[in-house]
Amino acid sequence: MQPFTLVTGQAAPLMLANIDTDVIIRIERLSDPSPAHLHLYALEALRHFPDGSENPDFILNQPRFRGAPILLAGANFGCGSSREGAVWALMALGIRSVLAASFGDIFYSNCFQNGLLPVVLPESTVQALAGQTSTGESPMTIDLVRQLVISPAGEELSFEIDKQRREALLEGLDDIDRTLKHVSSITAWQAADRLARPWVWQPVTTHQANE
Amino acid sequence: MPHTVFEKIWNRHVICDLGDGWALLHIDRHLLHDLSGPPALVDVARRGLTVRNPELVFATPDHAVSTMPGRTGGTFPLGARLRVVLKEQAHAAGIRFFDLGEEGQGIVHVMGPELGLALPGLTLICGDSHTCTNGGLGALAFGVGSSESTHALVTQTLRQRKPGQMRIRFEGTPAQGVTPKDLILHAISHLGAAAAAGHAIEYAGSTIRAMKSEGRLTICNLSVEMGAKYGLIAPDDTTFSFLADRRFAPQGALFDAAVADWRTLITDEDAVFDRDEMIDASAVAPTITWGTSPEHAIPIDGLIPDPATASTAAVRQAQQAALDYMGLEPGKPLAGTGVDWVFIGSCANARLSDLREAAQLARGRRVAQGVTAWVVPGSEAVKRQAEAEGLNRVFREAGFAWHESGCSMCVAANGERIPPGARVVSTSNRNFVGRQGPGARTHLASPAMAVAAAVTGRITDVRRI
Repeated sequence: MQPFTLVTGQAAPLMLANIDTDVIIRIERLSDPSPAHLHLYALEALRHFPDGSENPDFILNQPRFRGAPILLAGANFGCGSSREGAVWALMALGIRSVLAASFGDIFYSNCFQNGLLPVVLPESTVQALAGQTSTGESPMTIDLVRQLVISPAGEELSFEIDKQRREALLEGLDDIDRTLKHVSSITAWQAADRLARPWVWQPVTTHQANE
Repeated sequence: MPHTVFEKIWNRHVICDLGDGWALLHIDRHLLHDLSGPPALVDVARRGLTVRNPELVFATPDHAVSTMPGRTGGTFPLGARLRVVLKEQAHAAGIRFFDLGEEGQGIVHVMGPELGLALPGLTLICGDSHTCTNGGLGALAFGVGSSESTHALVTQTLRQRKPGQMRIRFEGTPAQGVTPKDLILHAISHLGAAAAAGHAIEYAGSTIRAMKSEGRLTICNLSVEMGAKYGLIAPDDTTFSFLADRRFAPQGALFDAAVADWRTLITDEDAVFDRDEMIDASAVAPTITWGTSPEHAIPIDGLIPDPATASTAAVRQAQQAALDYMGLEPGKPLAGTGVDWVFIGSCANARLSDLREAAQLARGRRVAQGVTAWVVPGSEAVKRQAEAEGLNRVFREAGFAWHESGCSMCVAANGERIPPGARVVSTSNRNFVGRQGPGARTHLASPAMAVAAAVTGRITDVRRI
């Protein structure tokens, strides 16, 4: 996984609530397993007109915010489908961190599997930051080491993040590698469970033997 | 210490405490479909690892397969490769694969309960957010992304943090024409699309206890539309009867032993919920969405909201954007709006009971001129049973198209889409912008309300036909 420590750059305000993962990336765009074109399709319903031409008014199409590494979003960002392609698509656009009052639970987990940092801040704070980035040119910084957002006005705002998720992001740790260290515990748990809850195991094991 | 049913199941599956509130959780069942399965299986191979417990993993193609009558794996060419990769990788790993035309194939969340793969007290995952459907049988079931799916294939575990506990009690007897779909849409509109973020929802109360398992699956299906990764209902005799003799459920003495254990899966009386809500089910009307979030739902006899009266600027902006996309005017009744399409299908409402209910209303009526209406059964088994009961003839005689099983136009991943600008009444679970096709205008409703719209050509109160 790509580690995350600090990002500095423009923060694009996209303050609509409930932006779902279908809007972030249409499912049809994921039936091609090659991710090479994802940047073309991220947020396409907002970035493009139905005829495929660019909507110049959309925030990420405005010269200042093209390629912005930070997104300021409305509440419940990434709700809906579990497609991890939503995270890949945002990262393909160059986005490394999203700030919102809340996130869809599965999207939130998927971010940490890929090195995208979701930051939860109160709605009023995100709104205030959106106001600052809309009017000024100064960049914003997200510092995971110090758990700080440094606003375009230079104000330092601290944010909460789960300790283990923070460590994994900072070091780019792989969950599978970490879990495989517990393999003997898994084996022991399963052996005990086969005796305690045989109905979980026997029907599927028997079927596998027969079919 | 008193526990919720969720906590009881959770605690049982903790292999080790990882500290800071994290647990390594055993996963009892893992389901794969043709969109999320291939990347996870390919990732396992790429890492040079193997599937730890293939006997606990089951796969079927549902998202990217055509549902046109007489379809084959190649009817939708883009999906053909995904199905082949899923099939080949599943076989190589020793994972049971239910192919097109075989009992077991179907929308993964219809197939799990139908085969008895979902059972009370189990942990069950799938790379699909509607995995919470299986909670209707008392399973701790949740959707994951492809990275977590890979993790579970390799280790049969996931690293998880316990969510907050939320309860929604439905009390009372629903009025005629009010189905589980109406109850859950009402709850989402009342509480909000993010109300349960970070929480597991337990549905309880007299309405739920009196509800059949199929309806409970519908209720739990839409948990994620309220922001919850998990929704569940404590198992009871209704659940045990539903599961008896299912293909992969325990049989005979083993079933009895399981039931004895499952009876302990109830929430203790003094268990503490972080949030507790009550909904009077007897006061709920047939409910339908007007906008682009499942929280944009109103009673069928209600008025389309006026953004001018919204409580905050953010709500006003969201409502206005939704009205523009949907081509609707504020303050007007939604009933009477003309429709172009009707879709009866999806993991929310394509079980046999849904099709029976729809067929009963469609019998002797005709789909209105200018309306295209599809019925897409949730699984091969649902399709066969519906045909044995003659439901396909009822639908065809009424002018509905009768399809093969799959996700179809709920997610439009298989080339089947609502055309741009067309208005559809759909029994699915998401009315997001572009969900059923770019520019498609979706109104979510029950199967009965979908039939009412099909035969009148307008959004119609089912109680009036």
